[in-house]
Amino acid sequence: MALSLYASPLERSWYYLHRVLCGGVFIFLVAPTLVIIPLSFNSEPFFTFPMPGLSLRWYEELFLTDRWVGSFYNSIFVAVMVTLLSTVLGTLAALGLSRPKFPWRTAVMSLLISPMVVPVVITAVGIYFFYADARLLNTFTGLILAHTTLATPFVVITVTATLIGFDHSLTRAAASLGAPPVTSFFKITLPLVLPGMISGALFAFITSFDEVVVALFITSANQRTLPKAMFSGINQEISPTITAAATVLTLFAIVMLTTVELLRRRSERLRGSRKAAAVV
Amino acid sequence: MAISDGQIFDEPHGIPLRVTLMRAERRHRVKALILVLPLAFFILIFFVLPIARMLVNAVHDDTLLTLLPRTISELRQWDGNGLPDEPVYAALVVDLKQTIDQGTAGVIGKRMNYEIAGVVSKVTSSARKAQELSTGPYKEALIKIDALWARHDVWSLLKRGTSPYTFYYLLRAADYQYGPNSEIVASSPGNAIFQDVWLRTFGISFGVTLATLLLGFPVAYLLATLQPKHANLLLIMVLLPFWTSLLVRTTAWVVLLQRHGAVNEILVASHMISQPAELIYNRFGTLVAMSHIQLPFTLLPIYSVMKTISPSYIRAAQSLGAGPFYAFWKVYFPQTLSGVAAGCLLTFILCLGYYITPALVGGPSDQMVSFFVAHYTNEDLNWGMASALGAILLTATLTLYFVFNKLVGINRIKLG
Repeated sequence: MALSLYASPLERSWYYLHRVLCGGVFIFLVAPTLVIIPLSFNSEPFFTFPMPGLSLRWYEELFLTDRWVGSFYNSIFVAVMVTLLSTVLGTLAALGLSRPKFPWRTAVMSLLISPMVVPVVITAVGIYFFYADARLLNTFTGLILAHTTLATPFVVITVTATLIGFDHSLTRAAASLGAPPVTSFFKITLPLVLPGMISGALFAFITSFDEVVVALFITSANQRTLPKAMFSGINQEISPTITAAATVLTLFAIVMLTTVELLRRRSERLRGSRKAAAVV
Repeated sequence: MAISDGQIFDEPHGIPLRVTLMRAERRHRVKALILVLPLAFFILIFFVLPIARMLVNAVHDDTLLTLLPRTISELRQWDGNGLPDEPVYAALVVDLKQTIDQGTAGVIGKRMNYEIAGVVSKVTSSARKAQELSTGPYKEALIKIDALWARHDVWSLLKRGTSPYTFYYLLRAADYQYGPNSEIVASSPGNAIFQDVWLRTFGISFGVTLATLLLGFPVAYLLATLQPKHANLLLIMVLLPFWTSLLVRTTAWVVLLQRHGAVNEILVASHMISQPAELIYNRFGTLVAMSHIQLPFTLLPIYSVMKTISPSYIRAAQSLGAGPFYAFWKVYFPQTLSGVAAGCLLTFILCLGYYITPALVGGPSDQMVSFFVAHYTNEDLNWGMASALGAILLTATLTLYFVFNKLVGINRIKLG
């Protein structure tokens, strides 16, 4: 959108106003995340600039205090289990849903992604009542199962998306050449849906790793996760350690975002090259 | 040619091809179903069932029915006028005696206290004193123990307990309650907080939607009209907050907007204000933090629609003599409306359920419905109330999603 040479002064000023406004919005979007990173290296427990000195004391507290380290491990453990469970369940379901002539596809799809739609507080209350009866309150099992319901929709959606262009004659060709279903799954289907699976798995991981509402409802101090520790860190006293935790989580997010983006590009490229091959 | 395909291509063992094909197709369908079943069952058991139970909790309450069984059963005969007769009181004494053994007097008191304030201690002390009653007439004896039992509204309340279902919680969630004669009346001013909460929830959601639209639309337009190389770079700036933890972003706003936070310092240093302003723990902080979190949700659908709009329409309009603003307004803007509707609806729906952000950056008067759902579940242990508020919130959300689905199609939700 370059400004044309014969633009009127009004257009010209409007053009620059638009640019300035957009610049402001971008600052609004990114600044909060960027401000917190330098503050995590502050040597004093204040949140003000200029900082009196630099130190790693908040990282020390984050990585060396039992409270924070314990919650970090808990989060990783729960998130890994959730990722495994939801990736398997979600991928299977997506494979089934993408078969041609799947009955009541829209209804089943709505059911499977409904945990994404319902406000998380309502999910948390429902699960809380349910777990109170099922004796799953304050257990890791309970937390993992609850997070899995929240995470699977992401896997279903990403894997279904990679399967949209899936050519079913490939598996049929494999079968006609004598491959048993298991072989054709591992040799043909899996490599094609793998990018979607990995993206979905990352989404599932981050869903569980960031989740706080359900964790607040159904866990005790023994299953304290990182977001739960951060929540009480902000809610009760604003300890500067949360800035260090926030920085670590942001780096995490950047790595995730990059991976998903690279995977998406790869998948697009593969699909593009397949199209090109079809033309040839 | 009256011969069908099935008759021509008969298989060796005499089964028509059509049947074989149908069987094969059925087998495929069953296979597909089997793949979906584990997740479907999982979601049904760990998600749909618990929520269905919560919905039942909103109207189901058999506390009085199970804890005062004899009284309730005697009350079935009572016509609801004046005070009940001696048999009811006698039954109540037996029931109250039993509550001491079971330790349930407090539960009954708490349940009655929801509808008639200040009766907990009266019920528990009545239960204690009723232990000593051995002979009738119980009516006068109980009334002597506490005047509570001579109150018509108390007995109306117990009479309502004959049904295990009650609309009390749903009524309360809309600031109504049962009057002395079980008629529906407006809640007393002290209890009437929920209309305000609903209005606030919808108001904040609307404000955030509007703010994100005003901020997101120009940026979406910029991204859609820039060269892809630059647009992709800027898009990452939009997606980064999308990927950062909600808690991290809320933390950032707490740090930034504090009394001595960066924003206040900049404002004071630049002499725009003389004293640090109150930017957080109020409505302003809530709106800012929520708009920040929701901006990508509004922006991305608008952007994806704008990307499909060909620039030649605008050029055509201008070549026909339209000014740039007129062309934008008459030709470009209407084509973006589906994206605007999708983005705004999505943000509005998501805002309705906000809990963490208002809890951390809002003041007491900025808490939305979800806060009260959490409060009644975890602090007050009034599960009926939590369920009723949740049921209404869920209904509102699902209705809006239905509209969203009709308008946009839920299958078009894309990630990243």
